[in-house]
Amino acid sequence: MKKTVLVVFFITTTVLLKAQSLKTSMDRGQKVYEKVCLSCHMADGGGVPHLNPPLSQTSYVLGDKSKIIYIVLHGMTDRIPIEDEYYSNNMAAHTDLNDQQIADVLTYVRNNFGNKASAVTVADVKAVRTKKK
Amino acid sequence: MKNFLLYVFCLNISLAACASGNDGVKKAVDDNAGLKLPAGFTAIKMSENIGRSRHIAVTAQGDVYVKSSKLYNGKGILFMKDLNGDGIIDTVMGFGKYTGTGIAIKNGYLYASSDEEVFRYKLNAKNEVINPDQPEKIITGLINRHQHESKSVALDNEGNIYVNVGAYANACQEKDRTLHSKGRMPCPILDSAGGIWQFKADKLNQTYGDGIRYATGLRNVVGLDWNTQTNSLFVMQHGRDQLHDNWPELFDTKQSAELPAETMYELHKGSNAGWPYVYYDPIQHKKILAPEYGGDGKKGIDDIKSEPSVIMGGKGGDPTTLINDMSIARKPVEKNIQDPTVAFPAHMAPNALLFYTGNQFPEKYKNGAFIAFHGSWNRAPEPQKGYLVAFVPFKNGKPSGDWEIFADDFAGGDEFMSPNKAKHRPTGLAQGPDGSLYVTDDVKGAVYKISYNK
Ligand code: HEC
Repeated sequence: MKKTVLVVFFITTTVLLKAQSLKTSMDRGQKVYEKVCLSCHMADGGGVPHLNPPLSQTSYVLGDKSKIIYIVLHGMTDRIPIEDEYYSNNMAAHTDLNDQQIADVLTYVRNNFGNKASAVTVADVKAVRTKKK
Repeated sequence: MKNFLLYVFCLNISLAACASGNDGVKKAVDDNAGLKLPAGFTAIKMSENIGRSRHIAVTAQGDVYVKSSKLYNGKGILFMKDLNGDGIIDTVMGFGKYTGTGIAIKNGYLYASSDEEVFRYKLNAKNEVINPDQPEKIITGLINRHQHESKSVALDNEGNIYVNVGAYANACQEKDRTLHSKGRMPCPILDSAGGIWQFKADKLNQTYGDGIRYATGLRNVVGLDWNTQTNSLFVMQHGRDQLHDNWPELFDTKQSAELPAETMYELHKGSNAGWPYVYYDPIQHKKILAPEYGGDGKKGIDDIKSEPSVIMGGKGGDPTTLINDMSIARKPVEKNIQDPTVAFPAHMAPNALLFYTGNQFPEKYKNGAFIAFHGSWNRAPEPQKGYLVAFVPFKNGKPSGDWEIFADDFAGGDEFMSPNKAKHRPTGLAQGPDGSLYVTDDVKGAVYKISYNK
């Protein structure tokens, strides 16, 4: 009996702590978003038609984390269609952001604007940063 | 004309008209298609939901050519007719399998552009294209790096065509749109873009070498028109973006939303509007040295004393060392950077310019300039602005009063933060044979006709 209570307690706290850390990461991520991403991708993540792509429900945002980490680190000028649309602007490399800020902002993006996807961790960002191109 | 693909159908509004007699037409007139206009003017939406209408040309017969930046049934140029004169398009035919922006009619030819080339099509006596599948390619190989890539055209009365080639950058930084990235000196983009090029209107396969760089220092022009009163070219420049994003210690978000001006210039051969070294501040009323070139948001280009060693990029020859040293701002290499003819609020994105020569509108509009503003994006986090058609009165070839809003509420009326909320965005302008003003929209491909009824 005692054991079960302990296990239940342990599980709930882990879940709660995880939720808590997701929330603090999201809060920090929102600040980064408003400072560096909002001017192009807009407050609602809707982007600008034909200029800056939306961040809501795109295959990039919901897909492979390392791809979007790479985009924030190195910018994007590919002009490959994003959900069948081309966007005529250059996204700059955000070399001024540290690993924590990139993890936070992408966690925020992946769980906002109607998106639901796993958090991006500092370890994820480190892995992409150190990986050879 | 016979090998045109012919699409005859009731369009959105006319569908209502088809179903219920003239009610649909009447309603569109009653609420002026949702536009806010000066007293005495009415608007009707002639068509909608056909591609993304960019520029527009109207024939002497009142038929409409629209260049679309999205193929509609596989075609990039739409030829539309209002058969019964009720203001609603009844037939749409398409040709030209390329997208683009520019379109113009001159001396029996229709000119149309893709983002790299300019074509022309011979017209018959009714101003219909004779061989829609066999245009003459008059200009080719214009630079397209998928930023400011649209090519607009205007023609003079001496057989020349003027083409805008927009700069494929925001401010000619070493790294485009990047925090604290310095300006390249001299800006290499200006060789082949960031200006207006002049070509012959009737010569085939011209490239850069056949034309001349008529004017430079223009970041991106989409709206341009030949003014027959002054016999000169006028253009509207899209001013630079991201002063706050890239130079946050010099500009806060509010200043960045109001700087720099969108500007009109009267150009002559050799004109220079100053991009990327200079931008025009509509509040201080002066040409300011760009922060990428050592500016601090205050230093006017005309205040700087010319220092030869500095002009050439610094004493050591390293053009980057001096940048951001506010004490030795470098005077750009180019001289005689001209002042704008008119300065408009920032970021409103002027996409078309038209000098009104018709007789339908009241006297004050005669020879004045209409400007279609596409509307802002780079005002965020401030609310967006400028989804409208503006007017500037002209007398003797010079502005004779302040600019004013002529037609508003294209976006829908309420204040909004995100450009994707805009229902319509003005993009093209044309004058009809009866003096009506035609306005296109590139969200839904709408064509509006604005008329004056005494
Ligand atoms: C200068 C404007 C600009 C800024 C600032 C900017 N972006 Fe972008 N972003 C773009 C453009 C333009 C593209 C697409 C480029 C292309 O197609 O070549 C893009 C693409 C993306 C994509 C992949 C495509 C998609 O829509 O899913 C993601 C994810 C993204 N940006 C996230 C961010 C984040 C996060 C930030 C802030 C750290 C940011 N961007 C800042 C303009 C910008």
